[in-house]
Amino acid sequence: MLAYVIRRIFVSIPILIGSTILVFIMVKFSGDPLEGLKMRNPPPPRQTILNEEHRLRLDKPVWEQYWLWLKGLVLHGDFGPSVHGNINIGHELGDRLFVTLRLVVLSVLIALIFAVITGVVSAVKQYSATDYSFTFLGFLFLAMPSFWFAILLKSAGIAYNQATGTEAFFTIGEKSVLLTDDSGWGQFKDIAGHMVLPTISLALISYAAWSRFQRASMLEVLNSDYVRLARAKGLRSRQVLVRHALRTALIPLTTVTALDIAALLGGAVITEMVFQWHGLGDYLLRSIRDHDAYAMMGWLLVSAIIVIVFNLIADLLYSVLDPRIRYE
Amino acid sequence: MSEIRASSVTTSGAPQPTSPTGAADREFTVKERSQLQQAFRRFLRHRLAVLSLVLFILIVLLAFVGPLIWKYKYTDITPDNSQPPSPAHPFGTDSLGHDWFAQVLRGLQQSVKVALCIAIVASTLGVVWGGVSGYYRGISDSVLMRLADLILTIPAIALAAALGNIGGGTWWMIALVLGGLSAPLVARAVRGVVLSLREQEFVEAARALGASDRWIILRHLVPNAFAVVIVYATLLVATGILSETALSFIGFGVHPPDTSLGLLIYQAQSAVQTRPWLFYFPGLFIILIALTVNFIGDGLRDAFDPRQTRQRR
Repeated sequence: MLAYVIRRIFVSIPILIGSTILVFIMVKFSGDPLEGLKMRNPPPPRQTILNEEHRLRLDKPVWEQYWLWLKGLVLHGDFGPSVHGNINIGHELGDRLFVTLRLVVLSVLIALIFAVITGVVSAVKQYSATDYSFTFLGFLFLAMPSFWFAILLKSAGIAYNQATGTEAFFTIGEKSVLLTDDSGWGQFKDIAGHMVLPTISLALISYAAWSRFQRASMLEVLNSDYVRLARAKGLRSRQVLVRHALRTALIPLTTVTALDIAALLGGAVITEMVFQWHGLGDYLLRSIRDHDAYAMMGWLLVSAIIVIVFNLIADLLYSVLDPRIRYE
Repeated sequence: MSEIRASSVTTSGAPQPTSPTGAADREFTVKERSQLQQAFRRFLRHRLAVLSLVLFILIVLLAFVGPLIWKYKYTDITPDNSQPPSPAHPFGTDSLGHDWFAQVLRGLQQSVKVALCIAIVASTLGVVWGGVSGYYRGISDSVLMRLADLILTIPAIALAAALGNIGGGTWWMIALVLGGLSAPLVARAVRGVVLSLREQEFVEAARALGASDRWIILRHLVPNAFAVVIVYATLLVATGILSETALSFIGFGVHPPDTSLGLLIYQAQSAVQTRPWLFYFPGLFIILIALTVNFIGDGLRDAFDPRQTRQRR
């Protein structure tokens, strides 16, 4: 198992290098990092522009820029120079990583739990009123733009706060700027309170697709011969459903979840924007606006690593769910 | 698709074994139908899908014909500002006095246009990509599929936001970028279909008869992969409109002075409680489009692959 994990990590290195090369080329096309400086009025002296070009390595050929970036990253953990000379991209990403990660991880868990429950219930009670209502909700959430729903949730939270005169829902930021109770518990409560609405809004989008998927795979398993055999043997229906059917029906969902992680990270960008979180998504939007090439590279590297780690976890989960799979 | 035919009895609609002698000497009236015609008939039986198709066509008509008929243009500023919906302004007006119905019509037009183009670009590119990959296999397959994997590990919205600005944020550039980023999904599916088709006897028979690669791809593989592609293309319209509006919402899609449904929602987000009509109408249209397109896609999938429906009816 451990050997397998280590091997997988080594295999993912070429993937990371490949995707960073691809993105580096694309980012180079996306705009001039010095546009802001050059458009400044009055125009800065020529020497300033040349200095900046040198600092951002723009005076070198593209392949050398990439090589320097990779070398700096591997040898010194340096993410390259930012357009804003006083900002260290590595520190910025590190500070924001956990803000975004806790949003994404919790959303995935909540979406999975609800998707499995409603998918299984829908499949077991196929064509019942419950099935139809879950199906209707699934289609509705699938068609709903995530940002629209997030704003709706946010304004519902604000309306509730106003109606009750309390601070029941936090709608802005990932934590309070001024906290009266700064003990460990107080901080935890504050962060948890800020997470409620953003997590729901991010989770619902993936929930819709996953619950449809879980319903389909559960139906397929329920109609298979071995489940019929288990029933014919006289096993209790609870045991048939959970031990025999559900375990098998979870395998396809694991694949889909791993594939959707990239989309979820994209969704987090939008959720963070609506709820004004200072996470990775917020940093990405700012970097794109400033044509901050190395900051974009840093963001894409971090999210590619997250995607790869989630895929690895999914592969390890296979072996838990499917005893035929053994990783040596 | 003329060579893949199956005749069917009109009354039951169930496929019958093809008779080599033809229909003339049978006692029932038997009409010969192509695969496409059969799929079309099955689609018509899917009531929700047909209803959705009608609704979707109406929305598209509204998007393209509506702005020509409606009395206000989206650039017009009327003397009424922040009016709730009324007969004069069915969707109300914003604080500057823009007629919101005209704004939504324009946004709808841009968003629908981009979404349709995304579907066309992604499925065309995806068919070529997956087709080449699945048919020729070997090195070109590995390279093309690894490239598809790479693109799919990167959050599409991030890449689209970075790249969409290249052409100054014109709608066709956005469609091109988003379409290109969705192409790997189609490519994977098409490759799968082609890989399984090329091993089948009728392809082998064609090759034995001396058919060229070009003939086999165009006359055998493409028509059979058509079902998969058309379903993907339909569903891509739904994801396309969601990604275009999201992109415009975060500020990297359609720019003012032009507008899109996503941009309208961005502009209305602070007005949810004070002037809710500004926020709800554009969102409603996005949901309506995505919903109808998903139902159409479902109907098409069932129509092209009746085996899947076995458990449904």
